[in-house]
Amino acid sequence: MQKTDKSKTSGFQFPKSPTGIKGLDDITTGGLPKGRPTLLLGNTGCGKTTLAMEFIVNGIVKYNEPAVFMAFEEKPEELMLNVKSFGFDLEAHLTGNKIYLEYVNLKPTAKEIGKYDIEGLFVRLGQAIDKVKAKRVVLDSLDTLFYGLDYKILRSEFTRLFYWLKAKGVTAIITAETGAEFLTRQGLEEYVADCVIILDNRVENQMATRRLRVVKYRGSTHGSSEYPFTIEEKGINVFPIINEPLVLKLSSKIVSSGIKDLDALLGKKGFYVGSSILVSGTAGTGKTSIATAFTVATCNAKMNCLYCAFEEPPEQVIRNMKSVGYNLDPYIQSGHLQFYSSRPTLQNLELHFIYIKKLVEEYKPSVIILDPVTNLMTEGPNSGVRLMLTRFVDYLKAQQVTVFFTAAITEKLIERNPSDEGISSMVDTWIMVEDAEFEAERKRTCTVMKSRGMDHSKMVTEFTISGKGISLSPISQKKSEERQSRKGSKK
Amino acid sequence: MSKKILKEHKDKVEAEGTGGEKYILKLFVTGMLPNSAHAIINIKAICSKYLKGRHQLEIIDIYQQPSLALTEDIIAVPVLIKKAPLPEERLVGDLSDIEMVLTALDLI
Repeated sequence: MQKTDKSKTSGFQFPKSPTGIKGLDDITTGGLPKGRPTLLLGNTGCGKTTLAMEFIVNGIVKYNEPAVFMAFEEKPEELMLNVKSFGFDLEAHLTGNKIYLEYVNLKPTAKEIGKYDIEGLFVRLGQAIDKVKAKRVVLDSLDTLFYGLDYKILRSEFTRLFYWLKAKGVTAIITAETGAEFLTRQGLEEYVADCVIILDNRVENQMATRRLRVVKYRGSTHGSSEYPFTIEEKGINVFPIINEPLVLKLSSKIVSSGIKDLDALLGKKGFYVGSSILVSGTAGTGKTSIATAFTVATCNAKMNCLYCAFEEPPEQVIRNMKSVGYNLDPYIQSGHLQFYSSRPTLQNLELHFIYIKKLVEEYKPSVIILDPVTNLMTEGPNSGVRLMLTRFVDYLKAQQVTVFFTAAITEKLIERNPSDEGISSMVDTWIMVEDAEFEAERKRTCTVMKSRGMDHSKMVTEFTISGKGISLSPISQKKSEERQSRKGSKK
Repeated sequence: MSKKILKEHKDKVEAEGTGGEKYILKLFVTGMLPNSAHAIINIKAICSKYLKGRHQLEIIDIYQQPSLALTEDIIAVPVLIKKAPLPEERLVGDLSDIEMVLTALDLI
């Protein structure tokens, strides 16, 4: 996205001050408006102070811009302790005269008699800025500052504060509660701030997800969706999955599925590198076995494979796969196989993707297995899950990672009615495994439903899993017909 | 404000004479901006009328002495700080309401 913007704007780049926060600079295409104030809104515990602090520390460490942090809520000692857990060593910067922390104790007991303004704040800010020659300023938070102020005074002073900061030419973050009464009442933030960012921490289905949204950015394009973010050991991590380049480098290279007979069905001896593959079927049809076969093939080809197990712990997958002749232990030891395992309900889908994305960046796998992806979709159909998944797959494709999903579907949906999330239309290759009855015997069948860019066979094959692995064999015509008629009667 | 209250009050002050507690007041202003100028005029009038001979008034311009704004934690200006008698009181504003000032300073 950034690249295309540059070409369109004929070289002009709105002056920006990078936050150094992963993802946020992508969304804002370069950072916050340089020399202007940004309003950072959010409820208590959303991460406003953390984000603001990271902006400042990154400014000092990465961009050599000294800063002033003016706190109205927390005392410097508290603040320093709180952010230490993110590895922000403020003491070092304090002694290096790179940051100036000032705690403003607002005296709520003061009586108001007649007109006044908050010129005292400007005097102190000016002094603080001069002390360290600050380029970045944070005021945390406006609510405390303006608490109890007369509304008329507040309104004029709020505007004055923004103009004052602009005149000073500092890049500032001013934090405030979302929907703070003084802001919303007359839409103050709308007309004064050049850039407004909202942080949010919502609980959906008992899972809390932090989200970030750039509401407004004068003079610049910006991603306008809500982006999930996490606060981790190293600070804030925003996941702007939409900003992945849409132009994908397509590969015509083929990787083997690890099953000889399946390669034959696919017509091109395997899957395209960087494509997406879906194996769907009811419980117990051998989806994990097919995934494992692909894992083994990948590892044998000396490529890295990331296996995300959402149903079983890795140990269980390893044990079970030994029974079908796949020993995964050597690959783990050689480092070609890594497991990511997490309870799907532990966190939101986006957060799983954030962690997986981090792993992808660190581990650089060629293949990623999501087994089963349907377990992530506990939020129910059409709740943005599909969009999220599409973006995620786009991201993986851009990294030339082959992504392999398995999807557990219910009996009812097996009648050519793919999983309700519609992943089947999104993927490049779709393989369906079914459990069908033939002459008083239950048999597994495997069909390649689609495979983009390949002349694949549409034959329904019998799918057997033995101690020696997986094999596919044609089903006799009679059996196949019988199967079709059985299906017809069912309808 | 009724004249009666003022008069009564004056009597009270006179009764106590100069023997009352000494008031130490600090008024923080920003140059001669209107609010500050008004506050100076108002506090001076109050002092000469109600605290004659028993007050010490210091007017501090934080433009001139910005570091004092930090020491006294000043944000809103003008602000009058009553240092003595204790407890310390802060009155923010141009002090245009004499009665409120007198109440706050415990002079009524």
